[in-house]
Amino acid sequence: MSEEKISGGSSGGISMRSAELVVAAFLATIGGMVIYDSVRLGAKWGADGPEAGYFPFYIGLLICIGAAVTVTGVLRQKGDDKLFVEWGALRQIMQVLIPVALYVLGIQLIGIYAASAAYIALFMVFMGNYSWIKGVLLGCAVSALTYTMFEIWFKVPLFKGEFNPLPLIGL
Amino acid sequence: MDEINALFHGFSIALTPFNLMLMVIGIVLGVLIGVLPGLGGANGIAILLPLTFSMPPTSAVIMLSCIYWGALFGGAMTSILFNIPGEPWSVATTFDGYPMAQQGRAGEALTTAFTSSFIGAFFAVVMITFLAPLVAKFALKFGPPEFFSVFFLTFCSFIGMGKEPAFKILAAMMLGFALAAVGIDTVTGQLRLTFGWHEMMRGFDFLIAVIGLFGIGEILLSMEEGLSFSGRDARINTRIVVETWKKLPRFWVTSLRSCLIGCWMGITPGGATPASFMAYGVAKRMSPDGAKFGTGQAEGVVAPETAAHAAGTAALLPMLSLGIPGSPTAAVLLGGLLIWGLQPGPLLFVEQKDFVWGLIASMYLGNIVGLIIVLTCVPLFAAILRIPFSIIAPVIIVICAIGAYTVNNAMLDIWMMLIFGVLGYAFKKLAYPLAPLVLALVLGDQAEDAFRQSMLISQGSLGVFFSNGLVGSIMGLGLLLLVWPLFGKLKARLKAAG
Repeated sequence: MSEEKISGGSSGGISMRSAELVVAAFLATIGGMVIYDSVRLGAKWGADGPEAGYFPFYIGLLICIGAAVTVTGVLRQKGDDKLFVEWGALRQIMQVLIPVALYVLGIQLIGIYAASAAYIALFMVFMGNYSWIKGVLLGCAVSALTYTMFEIWFKVPLFKGEFNPLPLIGL
Repeated sequence: MDEINALFHGFSIALTPFNLMLMVIGIVLGVLIGVLPGLGGANGIAILLPLTFSMPPTSAVIMLSCIYWGALFGGAMTSILFNIPGEPWSVATTFDGYPMAQQGRAGEALTTAFTSSFIGAFFAVVMITFLAPLVAKFALKFGPPEFFSVFFLTFCSFIGMGKEPAFKILAAMMLGFALAAVGIDTVTGQLRLTFGWHEMMRGFDFLIAVIGLFGIGEILLSMEEGLSFSGRDARINTRIVVETWKKLPRFWVTSLRSCLIGCWMGITPGGATPASFMAYGVAKRMSPDGAKFGTGQAEGVVAPETAAHAAGTAALLPMLSLGIPGSPTAAVLLGGLLIWGLQPGPLLFVEQKDFVWGLIASMYLGNIVGLIIVLTCVPLFAAILRIPFSIIAPVIIVICAIGAYTVNNAMLDIWMMLIFGVLGYAFKKLAYPLAPLVLALVLGDQAEDAFRQSMLISQGSLGVFFSNGLVGSIMGLGLLLLVWPLFGKLKARLKAAG
């Protein structure tokens, strides 16, 4: 479906066309799922009014139409294809996105406070070339501040994780 | 003059030491949110919303709306000093604001921007004071078909007036409606679009979508641009302020025009960003100095800033009087109303007088407090921008994650935020607009309810939407806006044909 067309110049990347097609395919899939579930629920006029799938059915249909028109437009477009993102920029984005994903996984496992401290420290050390001391200090400071704010002042408990490490430091 | 009396009553509610303190806190937080990349009015308020659950609603809305004013002010600061728009609506401010700063006129540019913002907001607040009660009174007579027609008009105007391709706007908007439909159907009680997944029963919370789309998405975008702050020095003293104020009255025509553009774009959900571009474009065409725009003309700062603030403020008019927000940030505030137990819509003016007029009075006060704070604290805020990105970025992401969690105390929401972040990044780069997606997610259930109730009244005939003059003309206007892009295409084709 998507041909990786690398436009002129030394730095390639993901082409606009492939990105358009991927996003349109994503939208069409969602549209299809909505239509499927609406039909399952009943998308017609029931005995006591419109059935549960009546409104969503047309929503799904319109998503598919929107995606289809976009795809037709992209396929008919000729000429030089612009870049969606250059490889270099993509690497930079991944350098942020992958740690964020790991951070969210970290929250799941060891809770917001511990994961946040670790995330800030590691980000500063590896992305900003700060010393370990500075990173760990700031990371712990931010977590301590949020702990004070949420657990003590506002009395809003945050997620402690499936393996809560906070009892280890007496909290 | 009922409105004047009501307004003074509102002042008596808003002017307590506690509320004034919240105003100052709100403005300062708002400016911070406005200057930091990745945090904006909409997601900033979304993150702070859970902290206001225990406050009285009037105080809570005063603080949150002040965050909004602060964010509007803050966006201009980064545009002028760093050539980095902190908010999308301050992009047009960079065109003339940054050249002015480069010429050593940063103080003048900032004073011009802040004063224009203030005038734009003030104009819109005066309009809200007198127009909103009338609209609400009128809307009390609305039935389900009328409400659906207003929703219809709102969404059609996105398609008709957006600068993105019409079918992309349609797809993004419908995605919002689809996400809104997930969960328990309020009429039949059936589970929709959950595909047997129990955690989906709650449906998608739009606050999570806002935090992901605007927060994480924005961080990814800034990362790609390889953000490096190299700012101009900002010094504002009384002399610069007074001298700038002496010059400003010359631009009263531009200012008035931008106010009107802003109010129009704010009420119809065009929003602050297109308003600022439109005002800049019109000012460039109409001004005798138009050719010099882009080289550091004060008029080129006046136009977009006035319009952006007028639009940002005017977006609260339909939110207060009809329960239909004019911008994503207004949508978040609307979400707040529901959480505090208030039912948005025309009845708000009848049943919650203290809340409504307290809020309107606080808009006057908040903007005055805001103007004073930004004029006096520019160097402080500019210093924050000198903190390196490798410290700011992870802290902002931590704030977003905490904000996403506190909405429903659900871990799944943090994962959702991440997915919305990637989606927001891709959508922004491919010119799928985010505002209609968010608004559809907020209004989806209400729009569907209005539609189904109308259908029940009419026994399934679409004719109910044209059954009287009022609903017919609103629907007609919506349809006209819907096909509006076609006219443009037709004209271009005729021109090309000769």
